[in-house]
Amino acid sequence: MTCDEAQVLVHALIDGELDASHARDVEAHAASCARCAAELAAARDLRQALRGNDLTHAAPLSLRRSIDRAVPSPAMTSRRAVLKGFAMGSVVSAAAAAGIALVVVRDGSDSRIMGEAVSAHLRSLQADHLTDVLSSDRHTVKPWFNGRIDLAPPVIDLTGQGFTLIGGRLDFIDGKPVAALVYRRRVHVINMFVMQGMGAALSAPKLDVIQGFNILRWTDHGLNLLAVSDLAQDELEEFEAKFESATKAERAG
Amino acid sequence: MRHAGVAFEASDGGDKARRFRAAALPYLNDVFTLARYLLRNAADAEDAAQECYLRAFRHFDTFRGGPIKPWLLAILRNVCRAEYARRGALAGMLSESLDTAAEQSVDGLWAEAEGSPEAQTLGRLDGETVRRLVAELPDQFREAIVLREVNELSYREIADVVGVPVGTVMSRLARGRALLRAAWRAEEKGS
Repeated sequence: MTCDEAQVLVHALIDGELDASHARDVEAHAASCARCAAELAAARDLRQALRGNDLTHAAPLSLRRSIDRAVPSPAMTSRRAVLKGFAMGSVVSAAAAAGIALVVVRDGSDSRIMGEAVSAHLRSLQADHLTDVLSSDRHTVKPWFNGRIDLAPPVIDLTGQGFTLIGGRLDFIDGKPVAALVYRRRVHVINMFVMQGMGAALSAPKLDVIQGFNILRWTDHGLNLLAVSDLAQDELEEFEAKFESATKAERAG
Repeated sequence: MRHAGVAFEASDGGDKARRFRAAALPYLNDVFTLARYLLRNAADAEDAAQECYLRAFRHFDTFRGGPIKPWLLAILRNVCRAEYARRGALAGMLSESLDTAAEQSVDGLWAEAEGSPEAQTLGRLDGETVRRLVAELPDQFREAIVLREVNELSYREIADVVGVPVGTVMSRLARGRALLRAAWRAEEKGS
């Protein structure tokens, strides 16, 4: 590898855009070249300095409102549909109206995402399609997602701590591909969905119950994580705590 | 690009509206931020963001799944490009035919930034100053930096949004970061 190449590739390296073998090449080059080592250190330092600042410009409320006015509201159109349905007296329309009413009540992307997560959890248990990649080795599970999804899910084996990694699966929530990591605790299955920027960002884990399933959601380094299980609430919270501390330990070490 | 928030025809149906709102509205800050950096003006950025959402809803049927953020940002970029054409900006920032000229014009800056990289840690600057330094970067580097550092797109996504090869994205980021680092240093010394 030449210095000219390495000077540019160190940026791909810190951006997590290189596969393992190219990353090794760049690191090896930087280890033996003071100039490229400095470039790498400088790029990392700038990244660090930028992360300490908020570069976003929050959209003003006036803009939010004016876009909100311009895009038709589902609640408004569905009210119209409800009236039309009953006026026609058709069973089909009435059923459609009931569905629309449900949509109105459960408006908000969060509740829809949770509903879809529960459906995905149920599908995974019924259709004999729990995993696409069946392995308790995280070094097998994590790379499997490469090229299948545009994020690198944190894959942690918690076998020593009572949660066995079974494997991973590609699933769809809200029409988007998400990574599903499957863990087992005794006879209980935990589906953990890893997704990008869907639903609200949460600083603290949030617990919900849908159709009798416990759902725990939290946010970590820009990824939204959502664990669904029939496990008791405190055990699901224990899973989250152990998962997060293991992730943190891995990041630090 | 001024327009008085015309509402869409109700015949579009509630389901499309519901799906669009759920998918696209969470990225309003991303869209607005990119518009602010590309147009360097708050009022124009608001107009551009609004126009972007109007176009996106109109064309939502053609959206074929996958991450929606790059799709929205590509639309936003086209809107900004139209705004640039309207302004008749000399730089023609987003016009690829002028990229070479733009690249040459920063060669001086680049030489300064290139020098010998020093691994010395950058000091802290306040957020407003950092946003200004990013805003002052030459157009194509600013665009690449914002898409990467703020919008957090992958190289592939940036390449698709900007319409250049991934290799170009990579070298623009490398240059952009060197320029930003040099500007940061200059700011530290100056203040």
